[in-house]
Amino acid sequence: MLDTVLVEQKLVDKEYQFLNLGPTHPATHGIFQNVLKMDGETILDAEQTIGYIHRAFEKLGERRPYYQIPTLTDRLNYCSSPINNMGWHMTVEKLIGAEIPKRAQYMRVIIMELARISDHIVCDTVIAVDTGAMTGFLYLFQWREKIYEIFEEICGSRLTTNIGRIGGMERDFNEKAWNKLLAFIKEFPAGLKEFDALVTRNRIFMDRVIGTGPISAERALNYGFTGPNLRAAGVDYDVRVHAPYSSYEDFEFDIPIGKSGDTFDRYMVRMEEMWQSLHIIQQAVEKMPSGPFHADLPEFFHPDKADVYSKMEALIYHFKIVMGETDIAKGEVYHAVEGGNGELGYYIISDGGRTPYRFHIRRPSFIYYQAYPEMIRGGMLSDAILVMSSMNVIAGELDA
Amino acid sequence: MNANTFNPATKYTTPVVEALRTEIAEKLVSRFGDNFIESHCDYDFPVFTVKSAAVIDVLEYLYYETTTKFQFLTTLCAAHFPQNVGAEFTMMYQLHNLQANTRIRIKTTIPVSNPKIRTATTIFAAANWMERQEYDFFGIIFEGHPHLKRILNMDEMNYHPMRKEFALEDERREDKDNTFFGR
Repeated sequence: MLDTVLVEQKLVDKEYQFLNLGPTHPATHGIFQNVLKMDGETILDAEQTIGYIHRAFEKLGERRPYYQIPTLTDRLNYCSSPINNMGWHMTVEKLIGAEIPKRAQYMRVIIMELARISDHIVCDTVIAVDTGAMTGFLYLFQWREKIYEIFEEICGSRLTTNIGRIGGMERDFNEKAWNKLLAFIKEFPAGLKEFDALVTRNRIFMDRVIGTGPISAERALNYGFTGPNLRAAGVDYDVRVHAPYSSYEDFEFDIPIGKSGDTFDRYMVRMEEMWQSLHIIQQAVEKMPSGPFHADLPEFFHPDKADVYSKMEALIYHFKIVMGETDIAKGEVYHAVEGGNGELGYYIISDGGRTPYRFHIRRPSFIYYQAYPEMIRGGMLSDAILVMSSMNVIAGELDA
Repeated sequence: MNANTFNPATKYTTPVVEALRTEIAEKLVSRFGDNFIESHCDYDFPVFTVKSAAVIDVLEYLYYETTTKFQFLTTLCAAHFPQNVGAEFTMMYQLHNLQANTRIRIKTTIPVSNPKIRTATTIFAAANWMERQEYDFFGIIFEGHPHLKRILNMDEMNYHPMRKEFALEDERREDKDNTFFGR
């Protein structure tokens, strides 16, 4: 206290310490740089530098045909790339006014909810790791592996999935995929309960996360928060409910919300969302309609390769799609999906050409990461790490 | 599906969207007069075009007016149309009224010779980095912005790469014939 008085009266000089947190510190879980102004171990201010893995997706998208852009979206939030892929397909489907068969929509819902679970597994276990609880991380992470195995069966890849196509899915779920999916539904609750029992009510964990890095609902809205971080602050905004897409209106689920917007609330909201996602997957599997897995859109949906070599129409459409001879509607379209981190929106200006004229992505991480200095101000250095991991800032999405 | 006969945009323009457009357009006309240019519906969005000098006043009005309450800035972005001489840049703001769950888009144009527009950070804290990004990519100067510097590209860069004069590929290349590959 005496210190403060002396400094205020300018009787002694006070110097602050500047600490470079990142860009490549293991505890930041990605390439983030923060120059922290510290008074002892208390953070007074932070200046962020971002853009270390900027890959100019918005510029690249202006030269890529619509069907080549999903591979860019894979690399946004790479913890839940299927959601990004589906968001893009749905945006283009909206642009061309396509109707997607119910079966494809339900398949997409299953894939998106699996991706959400894997995204939340990463975030919640990493919060636990940052508080020193390594065991929970190791136990729950095997379920992320199981989800990736399902993706592998469906589309052939794990992390950057490029799953689905404009007009539906590239193929139906095979028998192995179904078996793995059903096994996951059956076994995952035990795994999640185990993690819950290990971590959530642990006294040390609770002491670390309750009250750490809070944000009020009002500030969160002003900062453009969406997704679990906004819901932790107490606002029940969820794109799946407010603007249902891909038949989400057919399913029953709750939107968990928090109260104080602190790290514990963000953790708890994600925990509950995993249960809700599992509930949605169960409903989708039970109600799975039969029918085709893609729409009849020959001008946009790539024909079967065997047909290209044997049927005239398939060859023509294959050529038209690849060479960009397809007419596409002119206009401006925005479509949002509930990504792992919040409202992931794609905005396209189409001039009728084979590529978008302007391709803009509303990246939730990019928008809410601005609030980081405000959330860590006055806290301890070790809390800053915790707040960053609980916000689930993904470098790929941040830097696009 | 033939693009000439079927317009997919109209499929998403429901009567609710159309009613919202009429309602807001009336308010903006009576409040801003000549600064309001036009309104139309594009897919599921009512779009309002205003003059660039008034765009922040419009956002402020829609934020505080009790019957509209567009208090959430979803996104903002710029686009470059070199053929529109004198109005090369289009700025787009997407607002969301979370209580009524309605969305609108506000648009304005600014010339490339004097790319200046007032900042929206006075209303939305979220606009800070979004505007820095558009400054970085297009060189639009947001007047009154608290910290207008490049965000994703390096500080030493001396051009704004999203402008259309910067082709994505080197145009001097002779080994590729672009006539077959669109733009």
